[in-house]
Parts: sequence; C-alpha cells; structure tokens
Amino acid sequence: MDTAFVIQQLIFGITLGCLYSLIAIGYTMVYGVIRLINFAHGDLLMVAAYIGFFGIVIYHLPWPVAFGISILLTAALGILIDRGAYKPLRDSPRISALITAIGVSFLLENLGIVIIGGRPKSFPRPSLFEGDLQFDQLILPYLSLWVLGITVMLLTLVLLIVHRTRVGMAMRALSRDFETVRLMGVDVDRVISFTFVLGSSLAAVGGIFWCMKYPAVEPFMGVIPGLKAFVAAVLGGIGSVSGAALGGLLLGLAEVLIVAIQPEWSGYRDAVAFTILIAILLTRPTGIMGEELPK
Amino acid sequence: MTRDRILTAAAVGILLAFLWFADRTFSAYSIRILNTIAIFSIVAVTYNLINGVTGQFSLGPNAFIAIGSYTSALLTLSPQEKAASFIIDPIVWPLSVISVSFPVSLIAAGVLAGLIAFLISVPVFRVRGDYLAIVTLGFGEVMQVITNNAVSITNGPLGLKGLYPHTTLWWSWGLCIFTIICTVRLVNSSYGRAMKAVREDETAAEAMGIDAFWTKTLAFTFSAFFAGVAGGLLAHLITTISPSLFTFFLTFNLLIIIVVGGLGSTTGALIGAVLFAWGGEALRVVEEPFTLFGYDLPGIPGMRMVIFSAILILTMIFARSGIMGRREFSWQAAIDLGSTLLQRIRRT
Amino acid sequence: MLKLVSMLSLLCLGFAAASWASQPIVIGAYLPMTGGVASYGQMAWSGITVAKKMEPDVLGRTVDVRLVDTKSDKVDAANAVSRLIERDKVVAIIGEMISGNTIAGSDHAERSAIPMVSPTATNPIVTQNKKYIFRVCFIDPDQGRIAAKLAKDQLGAKTAALIYDISQDYCVALASFFKNEFTALGGKILAETKFKTGDRDFTPQVSRIKSVNPDIIYAPIYYTECALIAKQAREMGLNKPILTGDGAQAPELLSLGGSAVEDVYFTAHFHKDMINTTRGKKFLEQYKKETGKELDAFSAMAADAYFIILDAIKRAGSDDSKKIREALATTKDFEGVTGAITIKPDGNPIKAMVVNKVKDGAFVYVTTIKP
Repeated sequence: MDTAFVIQQLIFGITLGCLYSLIAIGYTMVYGVIRLINFAHGDLLMVAAYIGFFGIVIYHLPWPVAFGISILLTAALGILIDRGAYKPLRDSPRISALITAIGVSFLLENLGIVIIGGRPKSFPRPSLFEGDLQFDQLILPYLSLWVLGITVMLLTLVLLIVHRTRVGMAMRALSRDFETVRLMGVDVDRVISFTFVLGSSLAAVGGIFWCMKYPAVEPFMGVIPGLKAFVAAVLGGIGSVSGAALGGLLLGLAEVLIVAIQPEWSGYRDAVAFTILIAILLTRPTGIMGEELPK
Repeated sequence: MTRDRILTAAAVGILLAFLWFADRTFSAYSIRILNTIAIFSIVAVTYNLINGVTGQFSLGPNAFIAIGSYTSALLTLSPQEKAASFIIDPIVWPLSVISVSFPVSLIAAGVLAGLIAFLISVPVFRVRGDYLAIVTLGFGEVMQVITNNAVSITNGPLGLKGLYPHTTLWWSWGLCIFTIICTVRLVNSSYGRAMKAVREDETAAEAMGIDAFWTKTLAFTFSAFFAGVAGGLLAHLITTISPSLFTFFLTFNLLIIIVVGGLGSTTGALIGAVLFAWGGEALRVVEEPFTLFGYDLPGIPGMRMVIFSAILILTMIFARSGIMGRREFSWQAAIDLGSTLLQRIRRT
Repeated sequence: MLKLVSMLSLLCLGFAAASWASQPIVIGAYLPMTGGVASYGQMAWSGITVAKKMEPDVLGRTVDVRLVDTKSDKVDAANAVSRLIERDKVVAIIGEMISGNTIAGSDHAERSAIPMVSPTATNPIVTQNKKYIFRVCFIDPDQGRIAAKLAKDQLGAKTAALIYDISQDYCVALASFFKNEFTALGGKILAETKFKTGDRDFTPQVSRIKSVNPDIIYAPIYYTECALIAKQAREMGLNKPILTGDGAQAPELLSLGGSAVEDVYFTAHFHKDMINTTRGKKFLEQYKKETGKELDAFSAMAADAYFIILDAIKRAGSDDSKKIREALATTKDFEGVTGAITIKPDGNPIKAMVVNKVKDGAFVYVTTIKP
C-alpha cells in the first residue's frame, strides 16, 4: 500500500463522490422547499441520459447542443411532474406525496422498458472528455477534472442563487414556514417550479456525466445513483445544499476506499457504507450539516 | 357490543366457509393468489402499526421478512436437501442437521425477527422522521448484503430451494385472522392509544407520562414479529427464497399498500393488500393479445407495470389520504351505509 | 388403386386434422419483461418470436406462445407458472432466464407434471431432483471448469484475479468453480474482488487487480458490467486478457465496450460462423432480418428451448404433457440453433462448448471444446 496507490484511490473516490453530490444537491433542494423525498429524481437522470443519447446518436446533433436540449427537456419534465403529480397533493399528508413520487419513478422506468426496451445503449463520450494525465504511476483522467470542476461550479452557483437572490430568499423562507410565505404574497408555485427547474437540471448534468463515466444507458440506471444520492443528502442533513455536496463526497470516498484498502470486504461495500451512515446519524441525528429538528 | 361480536363471529364463519369451499374447488392459481393476499395482509396490517398508528417512518420490513423467511426455511429443510443445494460452501453445523416442523419454524421466525427488532430499536429510535427512514432503509440494505455474503448460512445468491409447500389456505388465512385480531386489540388498548399519542405529538405524549421510546419499541417489535412469521409463510408458499426477493422494492410495495389503503387504518391496510396482490395478477390482462374494433392487436409486454404506476399516481391524487383515510370498518357504519342505500333505492 | 387409398387416407387425416387444427397447441413462456433483468427477457422473447415465425406449427396445428411477465421477481414467477398451467392450459413452458426465478417457477410445474425448458438457468440446482425440468444451456460447474482449463492450458496463465457480482447466482457459481479448478491445476488466485448488481464504479476493484498483476482476469458476469469493467481496466492501463462466460455474448458487449473489450475471451454456446445446422443457419438469417441486430446468447438459447419443445411434441405425436416430457428426456442429437443437443436423464444437455474472443470489434471463433 504505497502513497501513489492511496492518492489514486482518492482521485477515483472524489470523482464518484462528485457525481453523487451533483445528484444529491437537486434531491436536497426539492426536499428543502416542499419537504418531499422526490424518489423520481434518480429517474430524471435516466431521462436526461436517453435524451442526450438520442440527440447525439440518432439525430447526429453536435454534443453541446444535445446536452443543452437534454438539460432543457429534463428541466421541463421536472416542472411537468411537479404540476401534474405533486401540486395536487401539496396540502395532503407528506407520505401521500411520497407514494406519488414512487409512482412517478415506476412510471418513468416502465415507460422506458416498454418504449425503448431494456437493452443498454452505449453513451458516446465527446473527445473533449477523453484521455488522461499521467504522472509516474498516477492516472488523472480529464473526465475526473471536468466532473470536479463542474460540481464546484454548480455548487457555487446554487449557493449564490439560494443565498443572494430574491427567489433564493423565497426558497429559504418556504422551507421555514410554508403558510406564512404564501400569506405574504409570494407566488409559491413559481418558486417551487423554479426549484424543480434547478433540481432537475442538476440531475440532468449529473446524468450526462454519469453516463460519460459509465456509458450504459438503460431504464433502471437511475435507481442506484438515486438511492445513493438520497443517502448522501440525508448524510449531509436533508435540505442543506452544502451538506448534500459534502455527503456525496464522503459516500463516494468511503465506497472506493473500503474496496481499495480491504478488498476482502468488497462484497460488503454497501453494507459498510450504510453502517457508516447509520453511525453518523446516531451521533448527529439530523445529519452533518442539518438544522436541529424542533423538539 | 354483543351485536358487533355476533356479527364479527358470523363474518369469520363465512370467511372460513369460503376458505373451505375455495380449498376444495378453486384452481391452484386462485389459491396461490389467495395465499399471497393473506401473507401481504399480515405484513401490511402490522407494518401499518409502526408507520401509520405510531407514526414512525420505518423502511425496514424487508429486513424482517428476510430474517423470518431464512429462519423458517433453514429450520424446515431436510438435511439431505441442504447438503444438496449448498454447492459453493457447505452449510455450517448445527443448521446442517436441524429439521423441525413447520409451526415451530414459524414461531422461531417470528421470535428471531422480533428479537432483532427489539435489539436495534435502542439505536434506531435515537433518530426521527426522514432520518429514521434512512436508518431503517440502511438496515434493510445491510441485511441484503449479509444474506448475499454469508454463503455458508444462506447459500448466498443461490438461495434456498426445495421447501415443502406447507403454506395452505388454512395456515395463511388462519394466521392472517390471528394477526388482525391481535393488532386490533392492541390498537384499541391503552398501548394503542399511547401509540396514537406519540404519532400526534411526541412531546405532549411524554408530558402526559407516556414512555415514547417503549411505545415505539413495542410497535416495532410487534410488527417485526409478524413480518417474520409472514416471511416464513412466504418462503413455504413459493418454496424457494434468495436475497433478491427482499430488496427495498419489497418495502416500497408494502408502503404503497398501506398508504393507498389509508395510513393508520387497519382496514385500509387490508384493502390495500387485497388490491395489490389480486390487482397485480388481474392487470395481466392488459398484456395479452386483444381485439379492438375487429383488429387483432398483439399484447404489449411491460404494459402492466405502466398501468399499475399510472393507477397508483391517480389514486393518490384523487384519494389523498388513501382509500380509508384513518377510518376503520365498524358494523355500525356498515349498517348505516346499508340503510341509507336502501332508502335511496326505495325513493327512486 | 393405391392413389385412391392414399387420397382417402389423406382425406381422413385431413378431417381429423381439421377438428384438431382449430385448437392451437399452447406453450407458455414466463420471462422477465420488466424489472431488473428485463433486457434478458426481452432478448429471449425476440428469439422466441423469430423461432415461432420460422416453425409456426407442429402436428398440423398452429402453436400459440403465451407470454407472462415475471417482473424479475420470484413471487411473480411462481404466480406466472401457476397462471400458465391453470388458466392458459399450456402443454409445456419456456423460462425463466435467471436460475433463482426458474427454481421458483419450477416447483409448481413439477407438481403439475408440465415439462419446462429453461433457456439460460445455468445453476446445477435448477434441475436437481426434478423430473419435468430441463434446460438447453450447459451448467455452471462445467463452464467454470472449462474456463479454468482454457486459462491454464491455452492462454498460459499461471495466476488469475477474479471479479464478479456477489448478488447473482450465475456469477458466484462460475467464480467458485473456476477457482477450485484453477487451483487444482496448479494456478494461483491472486485477488478475489466482488461487487453488487447496480454498481457501475469498479475502479477500486480494478486498481486492486492491477496491483497484484495477474496473468488473466476471470470476470464471470453479464455483458453490461463486463463491458464497463473492461473499459475501466483499460483506462487504468490494465491490459491483461479478460475471460468471461456465456452471459457476455450480446452485441451490447461490443457497443458498450468499444475498443476496451478487444481480447476479451468467453466460453459460449455458439459462434455465428460455426453454426452448422440448417435450422441454425436459417434462424440466424431470419433473426438478422427481423430485428436488425446480431444474434445474442439469450435469443439463441430461448429459440433452442422453443425448437426443442416443438421437436418433443412432434416425436411424442401428441400434446400430452407426460408424453412430451418422455420425448424431451430422450432428445438425442437434436439440431438446434446452437448445435447438436442431447438431453441427459437428469434434464441437463450434453453439448459442445465454444470459445470466442473479441477481435477488431467483432466476435471471433477460437476453438470448440467437446463435452
């Protein structure tokens, strides 16, 4: 176990962690505003990947155009899902909305199965993201740099929006007290739609980079990253944007390091990751950066 | 009160008569669906106790069903069958030689699941709300990984096979009725009222002298016990089990059952279980070839799940608190409903 | 005179057939059309569809294949078989693709004495102590052993590293049998790394394998994961040959893996250039025409399951399930898509195993290993 090996694993862990973070931020934003665990979030990732795939491979669009269209359409789908499935349930018990979210998730997956089929498609990787830097034994793929850069950039952007803009203020206010904000004359639905646009675009970006790294597009590809991002969001403290980013990073690092350092445990990878999660939650019952629950 | 008791006894009698009739005349396919309904009902009714009545968002029933299934299956399998199916690593002693009767194995399944629930409730109930959900989900995932990895106990992903189909209508429905009686009695007891108090306002409940932790632990353990028993029944219905049966999708399905039925309502959990288990099979029709306006159309494989998801979303939009809400079935309400219907018919 | 007699007898036969022909022979298929392994079910169904177009009738009656979905789930698999037997009154059943689900479905078929032929349930315990359960694929111990021999003798590997999916019976069984045989032959297993279905990041496992530097990597997994692992390994500069099993034989291995899957060897049921039966050649052509895709292992095996059932019905001369079972059990040198198949009394086939490799973005035939 030399230093180069450990640094190499840190690079891989950070790359995986950044991908989790990208998805987790969107998860946590929606949760922060309407207190809904949006289980369909992972499936938006799948939709974005398919749109990107069809854009490039079937319609032969240049990749920036295809990715742009993919992000736009996924954001639109986010609004559509909110207006169609979640808005009617705004005043009902939270768990009813949760079941609707599971329903939307099943619907997207099975529509994918019926319309496109279950056979995986190969996602093309533009040449800009190919290749790597080599130092001695270390390999630093350009894609890892891109993922890190994009994640940091988008995280800063989201933090700026949440903390420096009027709509961000409205979002923060909504997460504190839904009713009062509505009474103050804020157009709640527009703020929520904006949240979904932001969250879904992040899922789309996450999905596109996920597929460039792991180029198999299939209807169930969003389930596991979605679940992991959910875990990351909870780990960081649900509703906290920087917490979600941190949670994703920790989860990615933990998953990679466990296998790299103790290969005999590779079969127990998820179990160890979840055990760490449970241990952290038991010492900090609202996640690493979560607000205290009202007693 | 006496009237209600008589009516309940009559209803159980009718159900038993129906089961006797079904057992003799129904096809194996219908009997299998009836068994599945009973097993899902057992889990749903008790899962509803922790999620609906006590208001603790647990996502771990798949773990307890898994514990119950494996315990029961490992105990009833014959030593020869175990020796034959453990082809990767031989099974550990004493499991390799033990073979007990089905009822004993069911009790063991329930007790072990309940015991584990009791033991983990100390750490688990330190967290609340969505954090509780993720901790229990994590527990389910850890169980899943362990069943895959502990090859000399669980046979890993190969699973256990060759179980004798002990689960008959009498076993599944008998235990289902028993579970419902136990649950209803618990909910209507002082413990049940304490559970509801914890759901509504934990702080207030504690101020009134209710020990919230013990109340939650009681509900959790009770629910795990029956989930374990149901796991044993399930194993002996499909005669083979493996870790892939107990993923978080199983929990999602149970959650769907209790929320669609009406969270907090035992009647609702039953309705949800019946709709889920029977509806899943009934919906197969949409995948069969059909004739529309004289055209023969081929069936579309996979349509069933699309329609299932769409129905799920629509149900939640139109019945926001589920079918029953928090209401329960009562004979008085049924009689009232019947008489209003009769009056309306008379008027027209 | 002879003409008249033969015409009369033909006429009689015709009448008999007419009353029969109105009733199609119903075969059931229970496949994972939705859920986690939906792609295998969908591939198999396309194979059965093409096979049915090729041979749409038997004993002068049309064949009707009823498909039911198992949701890649055991409870649904058991329900599906029950439904096929009781409601659709099938005479024989094709399915499932995954050993675990096949075991769940097989119990009821065995009790109801309806023969079942699985295309790809390779685990040995599937047909154990079962009279009515058959398969057209070879079993994991054989494949694992042959892979070990291939690695040791033909590829000259002294050391190997394993990577496999801990939650798939197919992968765990192959890895285990490979390990035993390879060690018995004097080889050494340097590392054994695992992952779980749904994982997409294999970088730490691959790093570990790279650090022990084995002569060969044995990765008994399905095509998607195999392609991703090959890709991540090559990107990391790990260029050792990868050896895998029949689950990798799908055009997706090439499209997902690209240049990374060059030099991936796999044990398989067939190679398209080596198909020498008339039925196989015709099927290959028709499959390409109907679907526009290269033939994959799942479609080919499902087609063989269909053909072998049809052959058994023909030899039994009736649609009686018990007779079909007897005919299936005595199948000898049946000319299937993937070659000659003989069914042993235990329900498992005897068939030659093919070794293929990927070269210049295509599957290339390497050798055949006779049973």
